[in-house]
Amino acid sequence: MSNDACCASDQQIMILACSGGSNVGQLSNQAAVELTQEGFGKMFCLAGVGGQLSGFVQSARDTPRMVVIDGCQVGCARAIMKQADAPLGHYLVLTDEGIEKNKDFNLRRADIDQVKDAVRRAAQQDATAPAGLPGAEPVQSPCTCSSC
Amino acid sequence: MEIKVLGPGCPKCQQTEKVVKEAIAEAGVSADIEKVTDTMKIAGYGVFGTPAVVVDGEVKSVGKIPKKEDVKSWISS
Repeated sequence: MSNDACCASDQQIMILACSGGSNVGQLSNQAAVELTQEGFGKMFCLAGVGGQLSGFVQSARDTPRMVVIDGCQVGCARAIMKQADAPLGHYLVLTDEGIEKNKDFNLRRADIDQVKDAVRRAAQQDATAPAGLPGAEPVQSPCTCSSC
Repeated sequence: MEIKVLGPGCPKCQQTEKVVKEAIAEAGVSADIEKVTDTMKIAGYGVFGTPAVVVDGEVKSVGKIPKKEDVKSWISS
């Protein structure tokens, strides 16, 4: 964790990917990696939540802006969040986005970009939700620390 | 009881430490409070952001200033 997490977690978008053993699982992972590298959000460790490690579980419960990505309808990421008693936030299933599940790990650029766009669209619902409704932008005063 | 406040020292982290100290004083319990500012040590707790509060090794709050009543419930249970 770097200092830029200080005071910023209420604005930072947590990205949780199922990262499963299929093309769609790995598409979820690759999209999360690239969106993190591009500064859109921050990929977080779903395995830590699944392992019931308190830091990961509490982070999933307390982070207001979140996108959870499952590759397929099996819904492993969704199940982990339910087990952790954490809100699902915005939720995507990549097979519902029209991507067919298979075991080909040679990911297509077009598919990765499609997933990234879907995550961006899902997260943008935060910005468009009316204040006070689920998904609304949290009202926060700007942080004045030197770390943010 | 051991309580750790995780954060590099921003205003929210300082406010969290203040809330924790007040809760302990009002609850009348004995607890050691440690402020953890080292980012590598903070990373070891697996938290997404700071401030965070750890009570006897269990992370109770992440990325926000906890309510005093919540802190009291953590230290009384």
